[in-house]
Amino acid sequence: MRNEPSSVLNEFRQGSVDAFETLFHLHQRAVYGWILRIVRNPATAEELTVETFWRIYQARARFEPSRGFEGWARRIATRAALDWLRAMQHEQESPEDFSVELAAPAIADAAISAEIRHKTALAFSRLAPKLRIAATLVVVEEQPHKEVAEALGISIAAVKLRVFRALRLLRKDLQQQGITP
Amino acid sequence: MNAHDEDRMKKLLQQALPPVNGEAEPQRDLWPAMLRRLDARPQAAPWYDWALVAGLVGVVAFFPASIPVLLYCL
Repeated sequence: MRNEPSSVLNEFRQGSVDAFETLFHLHQRAVYGWILRIVRNPATAEELTVETFWRIYQARARFEPSRGFEGWARRIATRAALDWLRAMQHEQESPEDFSVELAAPAIADAAISAEIRHKTALAFSRLAPKLRIAATLVVVEEQPHKEVAEALGISIAAVKLRVFRALRLLRKDLQQQGITP
Repeated sequence: MNAHDEDRMKKLLQQALPPVNGEAEPQRDLWPAMLRRLDARPQAAPWYDWALVAGLVGVVAFFPASIPVLLYCL
């Protein structure tokens, strides 16, 4: 993300749509990319990017220019993505309804069959969204713990704990299906 | 789950869900959609929502002992 002049931040805080548009164009790519890492679907990421900036605009009075726009936007984007994951989990009638974006891995491990990968992805989709989001960002997307902690508004230790719990529950789910990871 | 199991699970998860390209850009300009969202009038709450709120306030005002019950139901 790029830095923006403090005058733009102050004008945005006062409700200037022009300043908001400047910030939107400066940060939309980074916000979109962050959300895409979580929801893994380009169309949904676009919708949530607009939702995120809508929330940002609504919350402009609470924005503190001294703390920077980037981290604040990322926290709101993470919250919007988490809300979406929760809503999707409630809408799912069965785990099979979950559409997993199954792109082939860049370097596929021959020892792990496509069926196991699919079952792993489905089992992962059954985890609580707050565990899933932490594991996705840390394990899959290999984002630094510090950034993930800031985005989720929790400590680094709490991020590590969530990742550990996600992996442990995933392993348990797979074992119940007769898969020994 | 020991450290070895944890590493195996991480590897399995990375194979099941390959990382996405976080540097990707939106496929369209999102500003027009943002403008439409800004221009949309917020939906007013229907009258029965206000009636429900008024009813709840009345219940709480006349029967304060019901507050824990209401909180439990939330």
